[in-house]
Amino acid sequence: MEDIKKDKEIKTLEDVVTHYCPGCGHGTVHRLVADAIDRLGVREKTIGIAPIGCSVLIYNYLNVDFQEVPHGRAPAAATGIKRAQPDKVVFTYQGDGDLASIGTAEIVHAANRGENITVIFINNAVYGMTGGQMAPTTLLKQKTTTSPYGRNANIAGFPLRVCELLSSLDGVAYLERVSVSSPKNVMKAKRAIRHAFEVQLAKKGFSLVEVLSQCPMNWRMEPIDSVRWVDEVMSKTFPLKKFKDVEIS
Amino acid sequence: MGEKLLFKGNEAIAEAAIRAGCRYYFGYPITPQNAIPEYMSRRMPEIGGVFLQAESEIAAINMVFGAGGSGVRAMTTTSSPGISLMQEGISYLAGAEIPCVIVNVMRGGPGLGGIQPAQSDYFQATKGGGHGDYSCIVLGPSTLQELAEFVFLAFELADKYRNPVIILTDGVMGQMMEPIEFPPEVDISKLSPKKWATTGAKGRKKIILKSLFLDPEELENHNLHLQEKYNRMQEEIKWEEMNVKDCDLLLVAYGTSARVSKRAVAVAKERGISLGIFRPLTLYPFPYNQLKEAVKNGRAKGILVVEMSLGQMIEDVKLAIEGIVPVGFYGRTGGVMPVVDEIIGKAENMLKEVM
Repeated sequence: MEDIKKDKEIKTLEDVVTHYCPGCGHGTVHRLVADAIDRLGVREKTIGIAPIGCSVLIYNYLNVDFQEVPHGRAPAAATGIKRAQPDKVVFTYQGDGDLASIGTAEIVHAANRGENITVIFINNAVYGMTGGQMAPTTLLKQKTTTSPYGRNANIAGFPLRVCELLSSLDGVAYLERVSVSSPKNVMKAKRAIRHAFEVQLAKKGFSLVEVLSQCPMNWRMEPIDSVRWVDEVMSKTFPLKKFKDVEIS
Repeated sequence: MGEKLLFKGNEAIAEAAIRAGCRYYFGYPITPQNAIPEYMSRRMPEIGGVFLQAESEIAAINMVFGAGGSGVRAMTTTSSPGISLMQEGISYLAGAEIPCVIVNVMRGGPGLGGIQPAQSDYFQATKGGGHGDYSCIVLGPSTLQELAEFVFLAFELADKYRNPVIILTDGVMGQMMEPIEFPPEVDISKLSPKKWATTGAKGRKKIILKSLFLDPEELENHNLHLQEKYNRMQEEIKWEEMNVKDCDLLLVAYGTSARVSKRAVAVAKERGISLGIFRPLTLYPFPYNQLKEAVKNGRAKGILVVEMSLGQMIEDVKLAIEGIVPVGFYGRTGGVMPVVDEIIGKAENMLKEVM
């Protein structure tokens, strides 16, 4: 009962040791999500949906209720939660394999229905947990363990631009692509993530923030080189910008 | 019980679910169960419930996951190919121990198969279907009255065991009409609160509904816990016996096959052949001991299993009987119905061999 009395002091970010690799962007984004939840004062009414991938363990880091669902199905489960509990704050946290490959049907239809949920989409251009295979967002010529000669468009098609794809859908209220490659970009990402939750609280519909995130381990780079690669290479294919934003009155 | 109402099977499933306290329905169109989502799409808005047509059966079952995990009574319905798509979700629901009701109005398979009634999803329903060591409670009704009552029972058992419950029925039951007296309506406000549900960590520790256990011993313990639960489900076993003690040959059938088998028993009697029926109502857990006892305590010289498949439940019958009497089989499949005369013909042949 002790911690219940002190509930006002409970922060969303748990005081635990990270399992993420050195230089990984997940830790930063987890912190930004936690910060948004704290600042909006919605920790006690937030339900997150964990993806399949490295960040399935997000529920070890954020002190909110969580459901863990099959690969790619987070937007469908979020739909079920939000329809059953419309006054709660519901968000999914999904990687590029989860959201942009196996879960394309679920993300497109949740967005198109204008589901009043928030999606935090981590794009690091590889499958992290399984060991660096090609993702739908892998850049052309980028080498991965399943595109050892570099991604060839003739064989594997092109990097999938999720924000551009979703921006034509009427159900979408807010769409922005950010990165966590520098303090300046982290501040922008922080504002975007908080705004996405605000859009949901204002019941404006579907909100998604795509975060270009570095994966130095699977990119076979030093952390410092990996953030430079986000800025100098990845951001060329995936330009940082706001695609859509409804007015919150 | 209230008044008798004439209902079509599919619509009875929908109405029974609403009366049993279901306010959240997620589904995808597929024949021969389309009357269920259609009925739900009309009725749910009238009573403040949610009907949502999902983009696929895969999405539908995961919407059920989200809603079921929110602590409400949630359901989906589909037919055979749709159940195949849902298997991933059902495995996750069982792993995370989230209650829900799933109705399979079976049609012929494999593949796209056909749209006529069949019972060829018995293995899939009763033996897991998805990956991992898990079981769903499976109910096999034979009349629309039973179907309506089993919808109530399904929600009750799902909540009691925090487990998915499957109602295994078929296109005949879905399309036919029979009078039904619905059980008394469930007052949702009086259902016990589900303290395990993800409703926001207010005044309590966070709740995580998950099926991931990276430590092998933890995962083994989770499986042992699930197994202990499945063992407890034995007390839910239901079956029906008809002329079991005094028959020469015992028919074992469920669902629509049991309807045809009952007719076969009556016609056979007129021809001087004594048949009985053992009808499992719970297909998981299966009444193994009850069937064996029935055979041991009766004078039946053999068993004839009747199914609308090429032999699935017969494996459970053989496990139950442990070789004490011969077990024969008669089955039609692909949407073809079992025929009374063919059942009796098979029975006569079996009796010639065993007597």
